[in-house]
Amino acid sequence: MKHRSPSEQHHGKHPRVGDCVAAASSTAQDGMEDKNASTHRELTQNPLKKIWMPYKNGLPEKHISQRKVCMTNCPTLIVTVGLPARGKTYISKKLTRYLNWIGVPTREFNVGQYRRDFMKIYKSFEFFRPDNEEGLKIRQQCASAALNDVRQYLAEDGGQVAVFDATNTTRERRETIIQFAEQNGFKVFFVESVCEDPDVIQENIVQVKLCSPDYTNCNTDEAVEDFMQRIKCYENSYETLDEVLDRDLSYIKIIDVGQRYLVNRVLDHIQSRIVYYLMNIHITPRSIYLCRHGESELNVKGRIGGDSGLTTRGKQFAKKLAQFIQTQSIVDLKVWTSQMKRTIQTAEALAVPYEQWKALNEIDAGVCEEMMYEEIQESHPLEFALRDQDKYRYRYPKGESYEDLVQRLEPVIMELERQENVLVICHQAVMRCLLAYFLDKSAEELPYLKCPLHTVLKLTPVAYGCKVESISLNVDAVNTHREKPENVNVHRSAADALQTVPPHL
Amino acid sequence: MSCNQRDSAEAKKNDVRLNGKKCSWASYMTNSPTMIVMIGLPARGKTYMSKKLTRYLNWIGVPTKVFNLGVYRREAVRSYKSYDFFRHDNEEAMKIRKQCALVALQDVKSYLTEEGGQIAVFDATNTTRERRDLIQAFVKENAFKVFFVESVCDDPDVIAANILEVKVSSPDYPERHRERIVDDFLKRIECYKVTYQPLDPDDYDRDLSFIKVINVGRRFLVNRVQDYIQSKIVYYLMNIHVHSHSIYLCRHGESDYNVEGRIGGDAELSPRGRHFSHALRDFVDEHKLSDLKVWTSQLRRTIQTAEELGVPYEQWKILNEIDAGVCEEMTYEMIHQTFPEEFALRDQDKYHYRYPGGESYQDLVQRLEPVIMELERQGNVLVICHQAVMRCLLAYFLDKSAEDLPYMKCPLHTVLKLTPVAYGCKVEMFYLNVEAVNTHRDRPIGKIPKDSSLIHRRNSYTPLSSHDQVKRPRLYSAGNQPWLPLAPTPSALMPEGLESQTQVGGSCLKPCVKESPMKAQRNLVALSASD
Repeated sequence: MKHRSPSEQHHGKHPRVGDCVAAASSTAQDGMEDKNASTHRELTQNPLKKIWMPYKNGLPEKHISQRKVCMTNCPTLIVTVGLPARGKTYISKKLTRYLNWIGVPTREFNVGQYRRDFMKIYKSFEFFRPDNEEGLKIRQQCASAALNDVRQYLAEDGGQVAVFDATNTTRERRETIIQFAEQNGFKVFFVESVCEDPDVIQENIVQVKLCSPDYTNCNTDEAVEDFMQRIKCYENSYETLDEVLDRDLSYIKIIDVGQRYLVNRVLDHIQSRIVYYLMNIHITPRSIYLCRHGESELNVKGRIGGDSGLTTRGKQFAKKLAQFIQTQSIVDLKVWTSQMKRTIQTAEALAVPYEQWKALNEIDAGVCEEMMYEEIQESHPLEFALRDQDKYRYRYPKGESYEDLVQRLEPVIMELERQENVLVICHQAVMRCLLAYFLDKSAEELPYLKCPLHTVLKLTPVAYGCKVESISLNVDAVNTHREKPENVNVHRSAADALQTVPPHL
Repeated sequence: MSCNQRDSAEAKKNDVRLNGKKCSWASYMTNSPTMIVMIGLPARGKTYMSKKLTRYLNWIGVPTKVFNLGVYRREAVRSYKSYDFFRHDNEEAMKIRKQCALVALQDVKSYLTEEGGQIAVFDATNTTRERRDLIQAFVKENAFKVFFVESVCDDPDVIAANILEVKVSSPDYPERHRERIVDDFLKRIECYKVTYQPLDPDDYDRDLSFIKVINVGRRFLVNRVQDYIQSKIVYYLMNIHVHSHSIYLCRHGESDYNVEGRIGGDAELSPRGRHFSHALRDFVDEHKLSDLKVWTSQLRRTIQTAEELGVPYEQWKILNEIDAGVCEEMTYEMIHQTFPEEFALRDQDKYHYRYPGGESYQDLVQRLEPVIMELERQGNVLVICHQAVMRCLLAYFLDKSAEDLPYMKCPLHTVLKLTPVAYGCKVEMFYLNVEAVNTHRDRPIGKIPKDSSLIHRRNSYTPLSSHDQVKRPRLYSAGNQPWLPLAPTPSALMPEGLESQTQVGGSCLKPCVKESPMKAQRNLVALSASD
């Protein structure tokens, strides 16, 4: 979710962190000196986000940069440390995806990629030998190019966290990075991955490195052999983060793929979130199954929200789902539902234990609950248009936005990361948010992800991403997906507004 | 998946992850209780962490109790003479101390197996492997899980500060001079040092689940976290800090709806409410609260209050008032008339009662958990919030039970200053002298607060080391317990949420909530048939 806020007019360019929004007087002193200053400020509700914001002379008050007040004071540079094939890139990509999803603009900078872009053709491990001066020079250049881009991203492009993905195995190299960060006013947090288990390393090489462009032209054994040599090139000069020498640094050391962690000097909210996340992820193979409840009475009527029961077809789906789950013969499957009748009825048909989460309830449509799109257009045409303009940030009056939903679902994602095989029976908007996390979709795409009824999505983590299989259980259902209409102007005609409403009773 | 593949996957799993991690779900399903065992020399903040962790776990809904071995020892040996008692070569004393440990473990056992406890915190030095092996044998025998929390500290200043702050007031040292106390205590620490065997993550203790807290939270070593609750504990311990700071809690100024007696909504401040916000500004100035962070909800009345302060503030949606669902913007009289059943249900169990289409206090506690975590991390913070929200936050700091929480008094136009002291929290109340309506609705008269415990301690000789018994129904992971019956109809006897007490064993109160899963299923069938 990298480009989160182009259409946001009132809020600075940074998205919210956590559930908080910052507001402030234009300057603190301003307010302090003049007791009446605040009387000029009036609260006006942002029509899109339904947030009360101070206005002065009819204009929204300038907000001081949100991250200044919010959770972190300055941008953070996350630096990976570790030998090749220790899962650094896996961790970087995963962390980046998570932080973007919770609304912290994050980008990863993979030095290996810079090297490949620069060199085009990789010959062999010789390049990485400590006595290969030319190689050393190129690698150095790639690192500084990457750091330059980091600076650009954090200082000018509104990024909040940059993940610098490289081996960074020497104290000297890390010192350079620390200096770079100090000069630019960034905080540094190191993430070191230490692993001695040869099976895990081997697995990593086979899974990830062999698909690398570096090894397109050689066979498996050759590639593994070369890569092992490459690791050797680093081993001699490797200086692990030290309890004494590096005691003033902020870092987490992940030992043997999460069997043990050493955490030093966690400084702020974002670092604490990162640590918690890294301590909860695992690499055991598993699958996550996502689906919506069976077709509900209100689905058929084209009404949103509510707490209705399943239709006959919905119940049929529940039965099919039970069969499907049986045929998959999944080890230790956990089933989660929301606390709404339609998901619970669906889960009941499975005849297995399940867990209800209030956090999985459908998006709260506030005053629009149980209405048809036609009725919303009729009674709240402005709201309807605003929603089409920025569906991710739009908050229903007295209800929620997709952005709110993502915050609400964060504990669900954390627990999904901790668990193994899970079936989540949820709702359209909820499923879109969960899916966006796994597939790394932007805030713009998220509210339009296709999550049809009576279809199970099977997500299986592979290498750095997620494999998706879509399994339709062949039970007819209404379509509840409403595409973004062409005309999102607040003055549009009803016909334009209703252009994409799916057919219903 | 062929059998073979599965075997190898299984092997891989054991290899890569921990055996324990697999049973995380099993732990909710079988409710396998956990014993948290503290390790460390005297004056390493073990009791501080034990009490704080217990308070937190109870607040989030996990019944937890501290068993402090020192209390048992003092019961057994009425008068403490000197550190001689703690010498490892004092055989008689060693016998007494071991006996105390055994008695305490028996109490742990009955708490976890009979009294509905989910977590027992065993607060003792536990500095020897022999003692820890004994505990592990005990845990294994009873099918509990065990998680060790070791506090290591080599900063003499921190240790001295802890001795002065906490131990001087200890019952072991009545009427003595400060220096002598500190001196005796330091000798006492030396006694333990002789036999202290810290956790060894590389060899002897590599298979244990534990966290080592090093130098009051500067560094942590975390080994083999097994499940959800252990991961929560680790996260919490990593976020609490001991720097002194104060938290200021208040509600928004009086709102128009307050005056009209309506609940919820998003009304503006009344004229008196505006006065309060001026008074609050003066209060902040007077107390010279520099570096003060101000948090509000996203409702207009708290933001209007904060606007007057002329300082930056943050809006948190999760600080919004409890969602009264269909009862939003109604007066209590209107609710009483329109939804008499709902009204009565709420009075029966205000903590668990969920408004139709809205929230319960229990929901609110879950929603507020990130706020608590951030409050623990921060320095001075002023939280401008709402009645129900303030009650939940206050209950955390003051360790109030679920029964008392929804009736805590949080009047308008009053600031509460909370300052952590020793093991608790000092509360100062500042009424800012601006009149306001009273929005507090007392516990209905004639209603006897539920007797929340059927707990009878059999060992009358052993003292209760923490007064908190089963306070709240169990929390099942971050969600709810498995096999919850469908949301009950309004005519059902019990409000939703109470079902989760079914598993609490001894603390279950009403026969009607003791539904078996089978019954629950029948309910559901009946409901689905009717629609």
